[in-house]
Amino acid sequence: MERINNLDTLIQMQKEFENIMEIRKSTVTNTERRELLICGGTGCVSSESLKLLENLKDEIKKHGLEDKVRASITGCFGFCEKGPIVKVFPEDVFYVGVTPGDAANIVSTHLVQGRKVERLLYEEPALKKKVDTQHEMEFYKKQKRIALRNCGLINPELIEEYIANRGYEALGRCLLEMTPKEVIHIIKTSGLRGRGGGGFPTGLKWEYASKMDSPIKYVVCNADEGDPGAFMDRSILEGDPHSIIEAMVITGYSIGSNKGFVYIRAEYPLAIKRLKNALKQAKQAGLLGQNIMGTGFNFDIDIKYGAGAFVCGEETALIHSIEGGRGEPTTKPPFPAEKGLWDKPTSVNNVETFANVPAIIINGASWYNKFGSDTSKGTKVFALAGKINNVGLVEVPMGISLREIIYDIGGGIKDGKEFKAVQTGGPSGGCITADQLDVKIDYESLYSIGSMMGSGGMIVIDEDNCIVDIAKFYLQFTVEESCGKCTPCRVGNKRLYEMLTKITEGKGTEEDLETLRTLAETIKLTSLCGLGQTAPNPVLSTMKYFHEEYLAHVRDKKCPAGVCQSLLRYTISEEKCIGCTKCARVCPVSCISGKVKEVHVIDQDLCIKCGACFDACPVNAISKG
Amino acid sequence: MMTRTLSQDLYDQLEGYIDSIEPTEAALIEVLHEAQHIFGYLPMEVQLFIGEKLHVPASKVFGVVSFYSYFTTEPKGKYVINICTGTACFVRNAESIVREFEKALNIKTGETTGNKKYTIDCLRCVGACGLAPVVMVNEDVYGKVTVDDVYKIIAKYTE
Ligand SMILES: Cc1cc2nc3c(=O)[nH]c(=O)nc-3n(C[C@H](O)[C@H](O)[C@H](O)COP(=O)(O)O)c2cc1C
Ligand code: SF4
Ligand code: SF4
Ligand code: FES
Repeated sequence: MERINNLDTLIQMQKEFENIMEIRKSTVTNTERRELLICGGTGCVSSESLKLLENLKDEIKKHGLEDKVRASITGCFGFCEKGPIVKVFPEDVFYVGVTPGDAANIVSTHLVQGRKVERLLYEEPALKKKVDTQHEMEFYKKQKRIALRNCGLINPELIEEYIANRGYEALGRCLLEMTPKEVIHIIKTSGLRGRGGGGFPTGLKWEYASKMDSPIKYVVCNADEGDPGAFMDRSILEGDPHSIIEAMVITGYSIGSNKGFVYIRAEYPLAIKRLKNALKQAKQAGLLGQNIMGTGFNFDIDIKYGAGAFVCGEETALIHSIEGGRGEPTTKPPFPAEKGLWDKPTSVNNVETFANVPAIIINGASWYNKFGSDTSKGTKVFALAGKINNVGLVEVPMGISLREIIYDIGGGIKDGKEFKAVQTGGPSGGCITADQLDVKIDYESLYSIGSMMGSGGMIVIDEDNCIVDIAKFYLQFTVEESCGKCTPCRVGNKRLYEMLTKITEGKGTEEDLETLRTLAETIKLTSLCGLGQTAPNPVLSTMKYFHEEYLAHVRDKKCPAGVCQSLLRYTISEEKCIGCTKCARVCPVSCISGKVKEVHVIDQDLCIKCGACFDACPVNAISKG
Repeated sequence: MMTRTLSQDLYDQLEGYIDSIEPTEAALIEVLHEAQHIFGYLPMEVQLFIGEKLHVPASKVFGVVSFYSYFTTEPKGKYVINICTGTACFVRNAESIVREFEKALNIKTGETTGNKKYTIDCLRCVGACGLAPVVMVNEDVYGKVTVDDVYKIIAKYTE
């Protein structure tokens, strides 16, 4: 690709690819041409979406449709539950759960005969009716895609397609038409706040960094995404890597920096590959590197890899890790904006925060701050997962209620089970109960009910999950991830974990609950960094809202959800047992007695609660509880 | 100096990589990634080699290796079975999958079978939460894994 040296060339390029965008945005519909987009995110790639793409291309060729039909990959559509997805433009038809074997059918039926492939259409569970087009799907109706604007619309591996949807136009306008102060002013008035968890106003952060008097400054993109069960940042990097590059250059221009780093988890190979490819393309096009767009402004970006340490998501730890050391946090102040990477002023921003920036510059601050609540503007991407029907990536305006996310967008709880809670904010957050489903989500409201926005993980828990077990899971995570630098976090959280283990083993007492609470409060107050300060949140919030369930464990020695193994009791029903002896044969400790064709009995004192008999019984005569 | 027992070829590969970049302390983590990629793990002799090449004290190299869970100082089996125990997989019963693999291979998580064929490991979220619970064997991803699938998966890797 040739270098782009001014805004005119860029706008010219937009026009060249306009015809593709027209079809994909369905602004032109009376055409023979078709665009097929197939999800090429990690989830769908592991469900063979690339093989599917190959097959589609072969079939298109076989039918001699190459001139009229193009098929390519795109970023995550968000509807991961039913992937791989194939979308046909301009008619907006949305095929779900497509396998490589379906390619022939899609091409011959849809593209040749012009009929939809009914069996691959999504069926709206509530209406029991097939849905023809994407915009009719309940999953999408309440969503507003800004950070994810290009995911499901462009091929992330082609810079031309990014440019076609106004990519790098924001950068051009900043460099050529605005002063750094003006750029910062737009971001400030847009109300954009950090999406990495802290919610700090992005414009203010840039302003601090810009005011620092230093010839060397750095821009860092935090793509560590440590919250297990969250995949927003990965999806953005896989689906729209150029938006991050563009935003980082804009940040560099605003604060007066010429060098950026993306700190990314080594566990995200596909995102790394797409980002590397995008960096190369941007450089070739003169949108990165020396003399960007012929303006004389220089900015370069390097990739740095994480190595499996959650605490490295914390900005000071991340900085030490980029410097090549152990990722241990240090106290703030000084904040990175004053003294960051190699002691130079550094603006650390999250992937999703960056993804919003070009859209804000192009559409203006007052466009952006129309979305959202009083204190939290714009949209937020959430990774909906757990016991929910529509697992996936959703982007919603701030201020929406959890009920809308879980029931309208998420399609409710899996297998018709009862909703129990939703955990937001990952290991740092807390649980939200059925009573709070109507709370309008923003930074402040979530904090006020003992949880937090976090980076956007949203894990739905149902009646089959034990709340103590969940709290224990998070604690185990933080214990493993504590860097060990300060004692409250290193030792305190370990004690919390041990106490929770004791409780799930039926050895806990009511006093333990009190100790648990006091210790949790102390750790929060005395830990050095955000990891330790927030680690006890899952315990405190579950204790607050599910006190009864904790009591059941310590007082009645029962796990109401039937999860905690040691608290289970297996019994054989006299009425149902047919005396087949299967259970007695599988029992590893031989504690089941009974003759052939006679009722069997379990010796409770010897039973180790392994559950083998429960699985083996052919007539479901064994119950647990 | 410690005698080297691993193949000179591999060392040459690593040396080639280090010479192609700026050999500073800031490159330590990248070099360790590359070394683990080449050797499969990071034994003491490799760590010492890296320390010398980057002019970083061995204690610092070891400090970094031990800090990050991605780095391993033990060789792994031919097939590394990674069970995702991220939150999404956890609430969809990843624990029972872990237990089943442990039972089937008769080793604990983090261990390698005597014949160096299988290693069981856990990892936190591979980003395919829609497919929870997720199991990876080397590069292959298996989604919506049930306890019954465990034996079928192992049966695919018997070579
Ligand atoms: C323990 C811990 C883990 C964190 N993990 C992440 C992370 O994975 N990604 C991220 O962007 N921010 C993470 N943060 C927040 C960062 O410290 C920092 O606030 C953020 O990257 C700033 O960018 P933003 O203002 O755009 O959100 C973490 C903080 C703590 C205390
Ligand atoms: S709070 Fe935990 S993670 Fe943070 S510095 Fe202390 S020990 Fe390390
Ligand atoms: S749960 Fe296990 S130990 Fe207990 S009776 Fe059944 S098979 Fe035997
Ligand atoms: S939690 Fe297992 S893939 Fe995300």
